[in-house]
Amino acid sequence: MTLAETKKLPSPVGESKTRLDVIEKVTGAAVYTDDIPFGPGLLHARVKRSPHAHAKILKIDYSKAEALPGVKVVVTGEDFPKRIGLYLVDKHIFARDRVRFIGEPVAAVAAINADIAEKALDLIEVEYEPLEAVFDPVYGASPEAPLLHPDMADYDVPNYIFPQAGTNIANHFKIRKGDVERAWEQCAAVVESEFYIPHVQHVPIEPHVAVARWDDDGTLTLWAASQSPFAQRNLIAKSFGVSQSDVRVIAPLVGGGFGCKAGVTMEALPVAIASKVKGRAVKLTLTREEEFFTNFVRQALVIKLKMGCDADGNLVALKNTMYWDGGASTEYGVNITRAGGYNSTGPYFFPNVHTDSLCVYTNHPIGGAYRGFGMSELHTGIEQTIDMLAEKMGIDAVDFRLKNCVKGGDIILTGMTMHPTGLNQCIEKAAKAIEWGKEAKPSSPNKLRGKGIALMWKAPSMPPNAGSSAEVKFSEDGTVTVSLGGQEIGQGAFTVMAQMAAGVLGIPYESVRVRGPLDTRYSPYEWQTVASRLTWSMGNAVVAAAQDARDQLLDLAADHWDEEVEDLDIVNGKVISYKSEQEMSVKDIGIYGLPNENFEGWKGGPIVGRGSFMPTYVTNLDFETGQGDRAVVHYTTGAQAFDIEIDKETGRIEVLKSASAFDVGRAINPELVRAQIEGGFIQGYSSAVYEQMLLKEGAMLNPSFVDYRIATAVDIPIEHHVDIIEVPQDDGPWGARGIGEHPMVPTIAALANAIYDATGLRLEGPPFTAEKLYLAMLDAGLVE
Amino acid sequence: MTIHTITCTVNGESEVVEVPAHWTLLQMLREKLGLTGTKNGCAGGECGACTVMLNGAPVNSCMVLGVECDGATIVTVEGLVKDGQLDPVQAAIVEAGGVQCGFCTPGVLISARSLLDRNPNPTEDEIKEALVGNLCRCTGYVRIIDGIKEAAKLNEPVVIKE
Repeated sequence: MTLAETKKLPSPVGESKTRLDVIEKVTGAAVYTDDIPFGPGLLHARVKRSPHAHAKILKIDYSKAEALPGVKVVVTGEDFPKRIGLYLVDKHIFARDRVRFIGEPVAAVAAINADIAEKALDLIEVEYEPLEAVFDPVYGASPEAPLLHPDMADYDVPNYIFPQAGTNIANHFKIRKGDVERAWEQCAAVVESEFYIPHVQHVPIEPHVAVARWDDDGTLTLWAASQSPFAQRNLIAKSFGVSQSDVRVIAPLVGGGFGCKAGVTMEALPVAIASKVKGRAVKLTLTREEEFFTNFVRQALVIKLKMGCDADGNLVALKNTMYWDGGASTEYGVNITRAGGYNSTGPYFFPNVHTDSLCVYTNHPIGGAYRGFGMSELHTGIEQTIDMLAEKMGIDAVDFRLKNCVKGGDIILTGMTMHPTGLNQCIEKAAKAIEWGKEAKPSSPNKLRGKGIALMWKAPSMPPNAGSSAEVKFSEDGTVTVSLGGQEIGQGAFTVMAQMAAGVLGIPYESVRVRGPLDTRYSPYEWQTVASRLTWSMGNAVVAAAQDARDQLLDLAADHWDEEVEDLDIVNGKVISYKSEQEMSVKDIGIYGLPNENFEGWKGGPIVGRGSFMPTYVTNLDFETGQGDRAVVHYTTGAQAFDIEIDKETGRIEVLKSASAFDVGRAINPELVRAQIEGGFIQGYSSAVYEQMLLKEGAMLNPSFVDYRIATAVDIPIEHHVDIIEVPQDDGPWGARGIGEHPMVPTIAALANAIYDATGLRLEGPPFTAEKLYLAMLDAGLVE
Repeated sequence: MTIHTITCTVNGESEVVEVPAHWTLLQMLREKLGLTGTKNGCAGGECGACTVMLNGAPVNSCMVLGVECDGATIVTVEGLVKDGQLDPVQAAIVEAGGVQCGFCTPGVLISARSLLDRNPNPTEDEIKEALVGNLCRCTGYVRIIDGIKEAAKLNEPVVIKE
């Protein structure tokens, strides 16, 4: 094959290859955690939960439960003194001295079947003494509020999280750039706003499930629906006082995660219970009701903004104060607050910024990671306020954004220099797709019509040194197996990794397998499947591993042919020489090596490629100013826009057109990128129009699909225009950045701006239900 | 706990099953017959992940007792492949990119197959209506709906390609 011919061969990178896992998923063969058989010895666990938002535990009597035939063990917080947590180590597996939210685990039972375990729960008697509770993060941050974690100062915490001892503030992240107070004088217009973004739930269709077994040799095996087998190994080992290598986490395919299966949530419960019945596997599956409020939720946010620009419409100053409703534990939430802080301008350049991002303990469910954590909430405030300021200046909202949005080379709020970004193109594409600027009349006198746009940016929110690793091995048939530690949660990670490995190795995509299930005993290390970081970070590790294997193959062939590596290539599974035009199949040499001349010995051997990646350039930020050289690895940016009608008689929104444009650096698999954008947009739309956890005195009033509605097939805007922008990332594989979380970030704000355009009304926050909109229109005199 | 012995046809095979009186069809399929393709998402008839065909009609198998299925004909996702060939709804949803995490997929496929059995040429609204009981959190439904439209055009089963 000549060089010219090989150049014509398609690369699997950039092609929309069919998902690796799709045939098993459409035939029912795909194995999820609940599908693993454990035989008749399996014990079933149920959890006794707190009915109080805040109370002292006076006494727990479980003697009757223990005596019930079929019950094997009952555990309480007395048995497990150590705390657990990803960032701030503030959570007990079972409540000990007090309970802090409705649904907090207080005790648990393992029995021979779930019916008996459930019956035993009723026999556990717990006496409580109710305490004053905190349900409002603004009050919670005040000196008047009762302290929910009096021991906070003693909790372990990394050096970039700043708990304020003697308060309920578990993290206070600040940005101080320029001089905001003096800057207001330079402003031709200043607007102030306040929004409330309520609690919502992730709602994966697969409930949380975990099975734990401790063996007599002191080792633990945990099977879990998990985005984070390695983080779980680490946190559980620490909390139970064993070595990480004695904890083995096996993580099959995940039936939807969106962040709620990251870190450790309910998985520690069966681990704790199983520790008292060694040798028996203990299974805990959350009911759909438990799924709604006992695990991570998306915490609510109160955001107060003041924003000003000069007479030419240049943004001058931003003051942003955010009160995050962290809930009863902020082990993960402190980092959400941090991310909210260092992204707190949204994707705009401001010379003067003053941000206080406060993570506040409350007696609400525990706030955790939810698809782009902190970002939907933050942008809901920022993007509406940008519109308010543009309107006050009499500048078109798209022009105002094009003028002020962040551009490559800008010194952003943390002092970091912005890398090249295609945000301008995203704005133009999204605006064009909904015919921004073109007059659009309502289709009937009973309707109001409006258009809206919103931007977003988001960096992976993770520790500075979150790492990835990968291995590549050959089989006798010339196929390659990629081992990795990042999870397939539906986003298509395994497929994209296979494309990258194939692209580097010069073998067909169809010849690549990805090893599953993830297993911390055998899989290479990965921080977590979070932060839209796999395509970039794990991708770099897979590329390095494939390159390592490729180098070994080429060295072997060069030696064998007595040629230079530079003259060789691997094309379609064959090592070829452009010089001598010889070729041989990688199938023949990937394992067995090659004989020397006249079979006088052999060279080569089974090829194993190894690769790893870790960003080495992220710096800490100063506590007082939030300034540092490089706060984050990079930003994915984008825009969304709506053209809508609102029915004056019902308040119902009808989406006429909607559009997304995101800069993904490089689309390794364009159809998978589009699928992420479409699905994320609908998730965002669902949160904008339908979803809210109704919390009354800490109790969730709507913990079912009937009462907590998510978008169904009849609710969705069917046409969603998608543009993919590709301004490459300097350290991304083929220039790629992540896109998993970003598509739901601007949706609430874009819809709110369209609602304002149609009605002149800004609501305090989502969801923009038909009822809420109708009543607001009624109040405003828009309808009679 | 009373145990009943029932006879039913599951995916074309005649089965004799000993099932406790209070067990759901979902439990029976997963735990007695090893058919774990049918998923449990809510156990309350709200999410549709456990949809199977019972005597030709789609039902939430978490809302039917196993003992009610004596003499019944049941089709689960495992029964869609025939002679090594994908059902058109499977092939078309693969092609349309209508699968992400895959947890709702078995129920979606059964609802789709059942729709096309009743109505070989459904409108978009009829497709949406048929899917209203199948919650999906990943895809936003669009590619699922596109896939079912395409499946309606395919007459032949499709060979699984590896």
